[in-house]
Amino acid sequence: MRGIAFVWQFGEVILAVALAPLFSGWIAQCRAWMQNRTAPPLTQPYRMLHKLFYKDAALATNASRLFRTAPYVLFGTMVLAAAIIPSVVTDLPFARAADAIALIGLFATARVFQALAAMDIGTAFGTLGARREMMIGFLAEPAMLMVFFNAFLLFGSTALTTLVDNRATHPSVIDPSVIFAAIAFIMVLLAENARIPIDNPATHLELTMIHEAMVLEYSARHLALIELASSMKLFNYACIGLSLFLPWGIAIHGAHVGSVLIALAALLVKLAFCGAGIALIESVSAKLRIFRAPEFMAMAFLIAVLGLLVHLLLGANTIA
Amino acid sequence: MLKSPLHVELLKLLAASMLLISFAMLSTRRIQQLITLFAWQGAILFFSTTLVAHEARLTELYFSAGLTLILKVITLPLILHILIRRLGAQWDNEPLVNIPVTMLVGLVLVIFAFGLAQPISLLATTITRHTIGIALAVILLSFLMMITRRKAVTQVIGFLAMENGLFFAATSATYGMPMVIELGIALDLLVAVFILGIFFFQIREQFDSLDLHHLESLREE
Repeated sequence: MRGIAFVWQFGEVILAVALAPLFSGWIAQCRAWMQNRTAPPLTQPYRMLHKLFYKDAALATNASRLFRTAPYVLFGTMVLAAAIIPSVVTDLPFARAADAIALIGLFATARVFQALAAMDIGTAFGTLGARREMMIGFLAEPAMLMVFFNAFLLFGSTALTTLVDNRATHPSVIDPSVIFAAIAFIMVLLAENARIPIDNPATHLELTMIHEAMVLEYSARHLALIELASSMKLFNYACIGLSLFLPWGIAIHGAHVGSVLIALAALLVKLAFCGAGIALIESVSAKLRIFRAPEFMAMAFLIAVLGLLVHLLLGANTIA
Repeated sequence: MLKSPLHVELLKLLAASMLLISFAMLSTRRIQQLITLFAWQGAILFFSTTLVAHEARLTELYFSAGLTLILKVITLPLILHILIRRLGAQWDNEPLVNIPVTMLVGLVLVIFAFGLAQPISLLATTITRHTIGIALAVILLSFLMMITRRKAVTQVIGFLAMENGLFFAATSATYGMPMVIELGIALDLLVAVFILGIFFFQIREQFDSLDLHHLESLREE
């Protein structure tokens, strides 16, 4: 029984690494369809990664060891995060070691390393991107924590797996606070993953870029790892959202192989819809000025706090 | 009294979205968006009142729900839209206090309102008693909107939103006011919007703008 849990654990991490570029490709494809462009093939991110992995890396002369290790740290934290998030099964032995707050810590570690590496070379763009990223990060983190607190209050646990277990066994809840938390979460997801209202992942326009400015100096396998890590970050966020707000179909504790397969199919369907939704949001909204970003994040924080307040006032129907 | 759990949940959801719309109104910069949000607030009010009427089996409340639908969802937004187009005042300039600060003040107001409503809702027996706090918060947030905006039109919308909050408070605390009072208030609102519309034109003619801060320097000539 323990053995099979480790198999699930390992499988989920592999799944995250394998599916993350596909998810990014799917979003790009949906966006292209909505904008009447010819869509790139779904495998485009894989091809790019393949190309990058086979190139020779060029490093700046004054790059320190930090610059070279940062991509590995980024990739490692994202893999760890994928191991904690219950996307297919909740019977994850690894998830006992870390709860949702540790998960936010993992994302913060990745962000700090990326910002440090961006400043390491000493170019103007890297520093600019790092500054902007830290600003977005420090505004997005409290909002994210508040979203999690909402879920903790409702389901009585800080461990994501227990929380999802409780949630999946009580599917008939429409608590207003959950809806507030979901709206806030979508806003945080867009901001944290450099999607359109905050940053445009597809351009290299120096006035507006955040994420791209930080990785300008990277090439070859380092860049490939960073790209893979950032698509995994998006995938992880999507999985957090799905497991918090739409956990139906997930294989709960002590599930069989059959229900795991169902959970896998459910995850794929949910991810497809989620990607289309993100593409839709990106297509209908314009990029905000960078000075409007704090306002956007303040809104997210506020909505999450409102969710908490509403939950406390409107009679706590705590599950668990 | 029948208390179907689904209806109670739905009512809570409507109340929560009412609060959300109040915050959206606080944060928006365009007047037309503000009017749309006001119409949505009216629509939510209509749904919640209908739900309460159904749950409490009060025919009177159905009438006030209908009144809300006709007046606050259709007529007033229409009048406001026409006014805006005639005045050419589609854009609201920057509010007095910047928006994130306004939102945080709004959050404090919500906490205050919830704290204030706690003892009241303990005494109440209606199914909507939990939403008294939200109704109070909506009233206070509309106050805040009237305080932080400069333009006459936005202040009027704030006033109307405040009336929405009052109406919501009335339905959640005591299942609505007597019909006579409600009719009177509805008529008053309609007349007030008409008169304020005339005022808008007067103000603009006098100062070439709808910014009320010009009124502060009035003196006799």
